[in-house]
Amino acid sequence: MALQTMNTRQQFGWVMILIHWLVAIAVFGLFGLGLYMVDLTYYDAWYNEAPHIHESIGILVLLVMLFRVAWRLASPPPHTLRSHKAWEKASAHMAHLGMYLLLFVVLISGYLIPTADGSGVEVFNWFTVPSVTGQQKGMESIAGDVHYWAAWALVVLAVIHAIGAIKHHVVDKDETLRRMIGLKGRPGRQDSM
Amino acid sequence: MLRKLAISSAVSMAVLTGGAQAADGDGTYAFDTKGDHQFIMFKISHLGYSYIYGRFNEFDGQFTYNAEDPSKNSVQVTIDTGSVDSNHAERDKHLRSDDFLAVDEFPQATFKSKKVIFDDDDKNEAKIVGDLTLRGVTKEITLDADMIGHGKDPWGGYRMGFEAETDLRLKDFGIPMDLGPQSETVEMIITVEGVRQ
Repeated sequence: MALQTMNTRQQFGWVMILIHWLVAIAVFGLFGLGLYMVDLTYYDAWYNEAPHIHESIGILVLLVMLFRVAWRLASPPPHTLRSHKAWEKASAHMAHLGMYLLLFVVLISGYLIPTADGSGVEVFNWFTVPSVTGQQKGMESIAGDVHYWAAWALVVLAVIHAIGAIKHHVVDKDETLRRMIGLKGRPGRQDSM
Repeated sequence: MLRKLAISSAVSMAVLTGGAQAADGDGTYAFDTKGDHQFIMFKISHLGYSYIYGRFNEFDGQFTYNAEDPSKNSVQVTIDTGSVDSNHAERDKHLRSDDFLAVDEFPQATFKSKKVIFDDDDKNEAKIVGDLTLRGVTKEITLDADMIGHGKDPWGGYRMGFEAETDLRLKDFGIPMDLGPQSETVEMIITVEGVRQ
């Protein structure tokens, strides 16, 4: 059976699954690219190109995240598995909420760095997002500090989230990870729904 | 008629006596931070193809002027390094980082003069030797200073202004970023106007 578009009580729809993995790749990719680009030497060929790519992808992720929140409201995610313990459910929910919040903090603070002089962000020479603040002297450094630490927090939280998913898959052998890659229940296991 | 004559003679008196005499300017002056008649600008080559200009927006200081005795001349300046402004947010963020000014660790730069040497031919020119502390490094530098002018302002005060220049090597102050062989030194251009206290 093909995956449905919308989330159901038991399954994630393909839209949510696709966005989840796209954002996951983008977060870790942008984190690595961000750390790499700030240490480039002045004469490196990537000195200007790397930040351009970083900012372009960042804006696209921000747009995807706005869509994701709207989609989530329109199509709530499936219930947590019955086999999960109460503390597992609570900590998973907190991690999810934390990642959503940190994503917006990272994305918005990142946007506020190059736009602090009133200029817009060019997204792959495709379109330009204008500055909403206009020139704000010194904002780039404050936004930069927030961006740096929130990005670290996001990546650490995402790793904990991933460890949790792997624990459910390997140790508990439940469907937590399987349903985020669009697989149905494991043969012979009906206990989880 | 009489009134008109009085005004015109007052004007010609002023023209005849000229501007203020050198010694009229003696005294201690505070930088005109309020009116911002002061600029600390820097100019550095970009790849050898053009120049970048920037400035420090926040700084304060004072100077003491004595037309006759060079030893009674002095100047002190304190600069807020975080106020660096090159009209480009990402560059300014980079300039504040550890690659350049490390403003979190070294939020202030200071200059304190040690001696002032008047030019033999032109008393309005001087070399100001003093200690510049920048990025935690203190080094003796020499400013080439010109007095631009001094005299009464239209609002009841007395003002004096200077322009000074010097070249700084980035490496001398521990700035680690390598901008290339054309950009090892930065030219500093300082214009200040003081109001006599």
